[in-house]
Amino acid sequence: MSERADIMAAPDRRALLRSAVGLATTTIAPGVTLYAFGVAEAQAGEGKASAKQRWGLLIDIAKCPPGCDICVTACSEENGWKSTGHPETDAQWIRKVTLRDPRTATKREAPVMCQHCASPPCVDVCPTGASFKRADGIVLVDKHICIGCRYCMMACPYKARSFVHEEHEDQKTNAPRGKGVVESCTFCVTRIDAGRIPACVEACAAKAGAAMAFGDLNDPDSQVSKALAAGASARIRADLGLDPGVRYRNL
Amino acid sequence: MKFQTLDETSPAFWGLVVLHALLVALGLGAAFYMEEHGHIVTGMNNQVVWGLPHVFAVFLIVSASGALNVASVSSVFNRLAYKPYARLSGILALALLAGGLAVLVLDLGRPERLVVAMLKHNFKSIFAWNIYLYTGFMAIVAAYLFAMMDRRASQNAALGTSIGWLAFVWRLVLTTGTGSIFGFLIARELYDAAIMAPLFIAASFLYGLAFTVLVLIMMSGETRAELMTEEMVGKFRGLLAIFALATLFLTIVQHVTRLYASAHVEAELFILRDGGVYTLVFWGGQILLGALLPLGLLAARGFDGGRRGLTLISTLFLVGGIAQMYVIIVGGQAYPLKIFPGYEASSSFADGAIARYVPSLPEALLGISGISIAMLLTAAALRLLPFLPHAQTEKA
Repeated sequence: MSERADIMAAPDRRALLRSAVGLATTTIAPGVTLYAFGVAEAQAGEGKASAKQRWGLLIDIAKCPPGCDICVTACSEENGWKSTGHPETDAQWIRKVTLRDPRTATKREAPVMCQHCASPPCVDVCPTGASFKRADGIVLVDKHICIGCRYCMMACPYKARSFVHEEHEDQKTNAPRGKGVVESCTFCVTRIDAGRIPACVEACAAKAGAAMAFGDLNDPDSQVSKALAAGASARIRADLGLDPGVRYRNL
Repeated sequence: MKFQTLDETSPAFWGLVVLHALLVALGLGAAFYMEEHGHIVTGMNNQVVWGLPHVFAVFLIVSASGALNVASVSSVFNRLAYKPYARLSGILALALLAGGLAVLVLDLGRPERLVVAMLKHNFKSIFAWNIYLYTGFMAIVAAYLFAMMDRRASQNAALGTSIGWLAFVWRLVLTTGTGSIFGFLIARELYDAAIMAPLFIAASFLYGLAFTVLVLIMMSGETRAELMTEEMVGKFRGLLAIFALATLFLTIVQHVTRLYASAHVEAELFILRDGGVYTLVFWGGQILLGALLPLGLLAARGFDGGRRGLTLISTLFLVGGIAQMYVIIVGGQAYPLKIFPGYEASSSFADGAIARYVPSLPEALLGISGISIAMLLTAAALRLLPFLPHAQTEKA
C-alpha cells in the first residue's frame, strides 16, 4: 500500500514543484527582468537615447512677440502642469521673462526653461542621482528616487525647476507628477523618443513666430544646427561654463 | 576622576522634560501634516525652497560638531582641566546631530524614501558625502565615548588619544562639508564662496560651546553642586570670546569681500541695507544680539561674571547663531538670481523680484522640535549613564 501511495504521490509532488517554479517564474521573473533591463535602461536613458545625439534648442527673441505665451500654454497642456491659484508654489516648466534694459527702457521677452546643460549643477548636487542627464543630453528627474530635498533647485542657475507642493489630479500619462518631488522641462522626452519635436517648438511654429529651432546639435543638417550656423547666438549665464543645450539669438 | 549619573532631579527638570516632549510631539505632528498635505502648508515655495526647518537643522548640525570641542581639547590638546567635561561634550554632540538630522529628514518632500538616500549615492554631491560624514561622526563619537567610559578602554591612553584625533579631524571635515553645501552653489551670489567652510567651522566652535556651557550650568542646578570650577568658568568665558571674535571676523570678511566686486555689491547691500527683514535679522539678531552684546557682556567688568551671566551670554550666542543661519540660508535665496545680468527681469515666476517667505506654524514647530529632540536625548543619556562629572567645588 505504501509503495503504491509513493508511486501515486510522486507525480503529484513533481506537478506541485512544476507549478511552484511556474508561479515563481511568472511572478518574480518579470520583476527581475525589469530590474535587470528596464530600470537600468530607463535611468541611463539607453533604451533609445544615444550619445551620438545632443538635443538642443535655439530661440530667436526677435521673433518672440511680447505677451505671446503660446509655448507656455503648449507645454502646460502637454505636460499637465497648470495654475492652481498659488503662484508661489505652482510649477512652471517654462516661463516668459521680460527683460528691460535699464538705460534705454526697451523691453524684450525670452522663454526660459531647463537649459539641459552639458554640465548640469542639478545633477552634480543631487544626493541620490535622481537628477540625471540622458546620453543624448536631456536632463531629467527620476521621480522614483527623488527624495524631495530640493538641493537641485538651490543649484540651478536658471530657476528652471519646480517642487510639487500639493497633490494634483488629472495628470498626463506622459508626464506623471508626484507630490514631494522636483520636476522641470523634459524637452518633451516622450515625444522625442517617438520621433517628434517638443510641444513648445511645435506650437510656436504653428501658431506664433516660429522663434524656436530644435534638433540634434551634433547633426550639421538638423534644423537647430542650420539655424545656429546662420548667425550669432548666446547662452545665458555662459560665464558659469555649463554649456547649456538652449541658446538665444538677439538677446 | 569621578563621574555621576543624574539621579536626583528637580520638578523644574521634569517640567523641562515635559515641555520638550510636548514640542517633539508637536514637531512630529507638524511633519506628518506637511507630509500629508504637501509643502503647500509651509511658507516655503519655488523661490525659497529651504526655510525654517533648514535654519534649525543646519544650526543644530553645526552646533553638534562644535559641542565635541571640549572633548577634543582634553584628549587632542591634552588639557586635563577639560577632561571632566569630555563625556558630556561627546553625548551632547551626538544628541544635537540627531536633532538636526531628524528635522532635515522630516522636511524632505518624500521622507519615507530615506532608505533610497542610504542606498543610492551620487558621489559628486556634497549632500551624499554628508550622509557619510554624519553617520561616520555618530560612529566615531560613540567609539570615542566608549574609549572614555569603558573601564578597560579608558586605561589605554593611546587609544583615547587616537580616537580623539580621529574625531577632531572628522568634525572639521564634517563642518567643512556643511559649509560647502552653500559654498558650492555657483549660481547664487550670496552663497558661492569658499569662506563658507571656515565660517561654519568658527561658528560651530561658538554654538557648540554655548550649548555645552548651558547644559553644564543647568546640570549644576540639578546636582546641587557646581560642576564647573571658577577656573573653568573663566576658561569657558575666554573660549566663547575667542570663538565669537573668530566668527565675527570671518563674517566681516565674508561681507566686505563681496562689497569689493562691483558685480556683487547689489547682492551684498541687500543683506547690509536693503533687505528688510533680512537686514534687520543680520544687524539686530546676528551682529548686535548675537555677537556685540554678549562680547560686550564678557568684557564688561561690572557685569555678573558668574554662571547667571554666562547663561545669558551663551543664550545670546545661540540666538545669534539662529539669526546667522536665517540670514545665510533664507536671505541667500530671497535675493533674486541674476539670470540675465544687466537687465531688469520680471516674470510670473518671480524673476528679478525679492522672494517672499513667511514661515508657517508647522515648519516652525518642526524646526524647534530639533532642539527639543537633542535636549531630550541628552537628558535621557545623563539619567542612564555617568556622563556628568562629580562636583568640582561644593556649593556654599
